[in-house]
Amino acid sequence: MKLKLAALAAAAVMAAAPAMADLVVPNLSYRTGPYGANGTQYADGFNDYFTLLNERDGGIGGEKIQVPECETAYNTEKGVECYESTKADALVFNPLSTGITYQLIPKVAVDKKVLYTPGYGRTSAKDGTVFEWVFNAPANYWDGASVAIKYLLDENGGSLEGKKIALVYHNSAYGKEPIRTLQELGKKHGFTLTEIPVEAPGQEQKSQWLQIRRDKPDYVLMWGWGVMNQVAIQEAANIRFPMENFIGIWWAGSELDVMPAGDGANGYKSMTFNGVGMDYPLYDDLKTHVIDTGKASQGGEHVGSAVYSRGMYAAVVIAEAIKKAQELAGTSAITPEQLRDGFEQLDITPERLAEIGLPDFGPEVKMSCANHGGSGMSRVQQWDAAAKKWNLITEFTAPDAEVLDPLIAADSAAYAQESGITPRTCE
Amino acid sequence: MFYREAGDFKTSYRDDGQTFPIKLDRIGYYAILAIAVLVIPFVINDYWASAVLLPFLIYAIASIGLNILVGYAGQVSLGTGGFMAVGAFAVYKLMTAFPEISVVIHILLAGGITALVGIAFGLPSLRIKGFYLAVATLAAQFFLVWLFNKVPWFYNYSASGQINSPERTVLGWAVTGPAASPSAKYLICLAFVFMAAWVARNLTRGMVGRKWMAIRDMDIAAEIIGVNPLTAKLTAFGVSSFFIGIAGALLFAVYLGAAEVTEAFGINKSFLVLFMVIIGGLGSIFGSFAGAAFLVLLPVFLKNLLVGTLGWPTDLAAHIELMIVGALIIFFLIVEPHGLARLWRLVKEKLRLWPFPH
Repeated sequence: MKLKLAALAAAAVMAAAPAMADLVVPNLSYRTGPYGANGTQYADGFNDYFTLLNERDGGIGGEKIQVPECETAYNTEKGVECYESTKADALVFNPLSTGITYQLIPKVAVDKKVLYTPGYGRTSAKDGTVFEWVFNAPANYWDGASVAIKYLLDENGGSLEGKKIALVYHNSAYGKEPIRTLQELGKKHGFTLTEIPVEAPGQEQKSQWLQIRRDKPDYVLMWGWGVMNQVAIQEAANIRFPMENFIGIWWAGSELDVMPAGDGANGYKSMTFNGVGMDYPLYDDLKTHVIDTGKASQGGEHVGSAVYSRGMYAAVVIAEAIKKAQELAGTSAITPEQLRDGFEQLDITPERLAEIGLPDFGPEVKMSCANHGGSGMSRVQQWDAAAKKWNLITEFTAPDAEVLDPLIAADSAAYAQESGITPRTCE
Repeated sequence: MFYREAGDFKTSYRDDGQTFPIKLDRIGYYAILAIAVLVIPFVINDYWASAVLLPFLIYAIASIGLNILVGYAGQVSLGTGGFMAVGAFAVYKLMTAFPEISVVIHILLAGGITALVGIAFGLPSLRIKGFYLAVATLAAQFFLVWLFNKVPWFYNYSASGQINSPERTVLGWAVTGPAASPSAKYLICLAFVFMAAWVARNLTRGMVGRKWMAIRDMDIAAEIIGVNPLTAKLTAFGVSSFFIGIAGALLFAVYLGAAEVTEAFGINKSFLVLFMVIIGGLGSIFGSFAGAAFLVLLPVFLKNLLVGTLGWPTDLAAHIELMIVGALIIFFLIVEPHGLARLWRLVKEKLRLWPFPH
């Protein structure tokens, strides 16, 4: 019985290995579990862009792109299983989970695979001298925190002296990331920071919002994900916190988060590094080649939503990096090493974005051997509850490098020391 | 036919009291051990190690630990996740504070630290029983996770509260860290599993184990015949937590390599290990292995079957997988409430009589 089971399992594992010869970009997605609603949209956007490239252009440089999907349920143990089962031919991983990213950072360095974590993961991975295989352009959490504070500075005529800012965060690696930066920024700009943790998954936030009602902070920042966002926005509406003073990070800025609160969510703001909606020329192609032919991931019901667009943006950057790598290597069947070089030489200009059919969709992304995080620019969007859409209200803004660079250097040096890595020199 | 005692003569008390009194059992045991030590390390790859064998071995240690407490001593505990976190954070602090000392010693010390914590949280068991004790251990679960999330000293003040296991070697082979080979990771876990099962088996059939079982069966009667409930209950908590701590240390250091306390050691982990013990069989070492195998291997197997072989969409497969595992749990508990170990015992009894059952 046991032997038979083992033999069956072995057969199943063999069959699971994808066919060779194409470029393989695994999609470690989560469509189940506490964050399934968000993960589904992201995974659809990611899949659909590669489907579009395969259908319209026959892949990239003549090579079809294979996107085998593996369900992680936002669980690190399943994430390990997915990574191991898909890594054989894989070029690049994008697990959409800070926890899984932390797990994979040491592993990809040994297995020589690229790890691309746009807008999440370990912030100090921006330092390419220590994190050779990890990229987190266009923006990371510290960039997001800094741009949010910059936006508030603009709102307040350049000074936040004496203001109170509360940070409502998911009490996990993800939510804790911005604290250090916000503390530093607080010292620099003279605002006081209150840290208010919310235990995952975050359905229960009564006491947190009671504290906010009592403390009356001028602004509330939020690092939330999944159901935590919906509850927080609802609670903020319940205590009549002025929504325009409530800013979420990009992961707290999807339609799913604001819809349940109805009109109460009107005016809520969030950071973003990608455009939303379907007013981009690319969607015409997507409609002809993917949606109308019935090849859209899960039927295409989320096309154009904020999280879908972000998944698509991740796929755009990966596709551009593959293209760059093919140019540099002079061959279309690239290896992960060549893809890493492609990422390091990547330069997505606004003109190139317009050429793809996504003008002004994301910030300019320019990476180098030492800078794996791009410019870090992001912008603010605001929810219009009546029209049920997000409006972009600022241009792309650069973060405060004066504060961030020393923090990144310190954190990556700590990682290098802890893991016994000698930072490479970049020419 | 296959499975007979006839002709298997015992000439000493030692022989009579051995763990596997039947010859076929003994041969099977040595054969499994030989395959595990001499064959698997040479054929194992990353996928088999990380997705199948490491979690199976590590959860087997955890369920042996919990089985001592729940199955042998009758004290219900929902604090397993918290105690595993103690093991993980203890080994992390030791590994980073004393890098020159062997990681094997660190893992054992982490077990020891967890044993002390377990004894401390076991103290209420002297006054409260049953469901009330379960609630008290649930408090341990939430308190410990909160503690490791709240106090930055435990995670060496890292920005995110994540802990990463640095590379450590045993006899020149890296067993932790990203560069560790799958066979090295497998062998270190196998060594600890072997030790845990060996110790647990010998403890449970000795005086200590008999005291635990006496307390389990009726604590007042046990007290009357001279079993001290204080030492019996606290040793059960201590030994159980020792194994659970080792499992937590291995889970973090060898298997995952990085961990976040709320995600890796939440209440779900407590339930998972408790289910392993219940499905495997309370009060059985074999049951601990069977339960761990059932709950670790079955989801992986189903995932590979549904997604890999049949090509189903991943989300559908994930949902169906939950339903199948859930249905099988209910099925097994209805058909055999005493777990897979009891099922195995029945099979053995049938085999002894086969082919002449009357």
